[in-house]
Amino acid sequence: MNKDKLLFEKSTRGSRTLRLGKLDVPPADLSALPAGSLRQKAPMLPEIGELDLVRHYVLLSKKNISITDSFYPLGSCTMKYNPLTNEAIVQNPGLADLHPAEDDGRVQGALRIMKTLADGLAAITGLPGVTLHPAAGAQGELTALLVAHAHFHASGQSQRTKVLIPDSAHGTNPASAVIAGLEAVEIKSGEDGLVDLEDLSSKLGEDTAVLMITNPSTLGLFETNIAKISEMVHAAGGLVYMDGANLNAIMGIARPADFGVDMMHINLHKTFSTPHGGGGPGAGPICVTEALESYLPSPRVVEEENGLRLDYDSPRSIGMLRGWAGNFGVLARAYSYMRRLGAEGIRRVAENAVLNANYLRTQLSDAYHVPYDRMCMHEFVCNNRKQREHGIHALDVAKRLIDLGYHPMTIYFPLVVSEAMMIEPTETESKATLDAFIADMLLIADEAKNNPEKLHAAPVTTPVGRLDEARAVKQPVLRYASSS
Amino acid sequence: MRPDDRHYLSSHEWIKISGETGIIGITDFAVEELSSGNEGDLVYCDLPEVGRVLENGETFGEIESVKAVADLNTPLAGEVSEVNTAIEDHLEIVAEDPWERGWMIKIKLSNKDTGKLLSAAAYEEILAKQS
Repeated sequence: MNKDKLLFEKSTRGSRTLRLGKLDVPPADLSALPAGSLRQKAPMLPEIGELDLVRHYVLLSKKNISITDSFYPLGSCTMKYNPLTNEAIVQNPGLADLHPAEDDGRVQGALRIMKTLADGLAAITGLPGVTLHPAAGAQGELTALLVAHAHFHASGQSQRTKVLIPDSAHGTNPASAVIAGLEAVEIKSGEDGLVDLEDLSSKLGEDTAVLMITNPSTLGLFETNIAKISEMVHAAGGLVYMDGANLNAIMGIARPADFGVDMMHINLHKTFSTPHGGGGPGAGPICVTEALESYLPSPRVVEEENGLRLDYDSPRSIGMLRGWAGNFGVLARAYSYMRRLGAEGIRRVAENAVLNANYLRTQLSDAYHVPYDRMCMHEFVCNNRKQREHGIHALDVAKRLIDLGYHPMTIYFPLVVSEAMMIEPTETESKATLDAFIADMLLIADEAKNNPEKLHAAPVTTPVGRLDEARAVKQPVLRYASSS
Repeated sequence: MRPDDRHYLSSHEWIKISGETGIIGITDFAVEELSSGNEGDLVYCDLPEVGRVLENGETFGEIESVKAVADLNTPLAGEVSEVNTAIEDHLEIVAEDPWERGWMIKIKLSNKDTGKLLSAAAYEEILAKQS
């Protein structure tokens, strides 16, 4: 079967989707081009008939897995339903066909969307300075660290170069610190999975720039000492940055500014329901305190007597991190989501996300070991401790889930739990879906004990079985090389 | 019981002292933690140049598996005198034999004070608590 072949491999000389008529204009004179710029051979583009081309893409699309066809409890990724209303709204030509360089006066509606979205994020976080500029969460982190650096530089505290990061953090946190030219310092977790206050205290000082904290943490636990932690960082002269990856658990209930957060990012492509996975586009706006607002990237939408405009006049700004004013299509979808829910709905999202996660946790904690088995937020972490004696790893459980029709949970993160399986159901799943998932997870636990080979052999329902992950890392083949 | 002819760190490195030289590697537990059931799961190891001077506890490299990346820390201070180039493209050696053939670096010790390091028994106690 040639179903799994690339378009290049399916190519047959002379096949076409469209046949152009005879050239009825004079051919262009290319003699003015330098010889080196003139192609001597035709490019090796695939040649294929229209029906075969359509089949190629339809077959590929059938191999895709998304939230629209299966439960997708990928912890830390907030794979909630992406409402179709969002898509209908952004397909409006008044939004979809805008050019980012359009005169402000002609795009008042689009600017209103951006302004209202920014105001909403400020209300949710309690932080009044908002930039919609960053294209993803990690770029939001970098933006905030550059803002902090600019703030310390302006106030004669350039010696503040250390960024304190708990050991349960997302890997992007230390990466952002290094890219910002700062130094990442690890803070230990205590036995309860929360930040170890003694370790934090011993690492705070004159050189502390920022504490980057994820709350709720990647273990799905609310940092109950967060107010005290912020106080300690502020007393040492540092700033508190919150990785907003897990905002879905607390929005509309707890405002980060109220527990001492100075800056944070929000993943609109997670918390605010815009599509993600597959590389974007995303949006990672950041919200900051009034004291830091003047350092935010430009342009930002400002409102004046005669309307809204993009303001480029911000002399203290750290500048631009990407082109134009943000990923507008993502911003518009997030706006649609926020307006549809309203303040009350936003709170209900968080409540149901926490309820769903705790339902799964309590139903699964007999069959799977839950290292921090107490009330969790929007997600929880279990591991293979009860399956280990049968030679079952987190990877085997995940692969078996594929055969049962699920996208697996996140595995091997956070690193502080050995063989972690991180489950985040989100608020958009029904109790029936959760019950079916629980039944299948219990089935897997039973198979781990009585038929471990079944787990080792999974997946068997996919186009390919176990992939050689080690070889994929060591010898990645990233482009097609023609044999002819 | 793990070999008691050497000293351990709670971050799963071992050092074996032989005269003025310290031989450093990682434990079988570290290998197991980094792997997900296949001996080919270790994919990359970044080791230092010969001549680099390391302080007590300093990170001298990192090891990557299909699951995670982990720092490699030296139990004692010293100057790197030899690097096990045999493992660089053959990390399965570390997986098969972390205690002998899978060693990572040798250092010329500038400090032989093993007072703060763990004995094999103390290391196993820590492992018992973790699992």
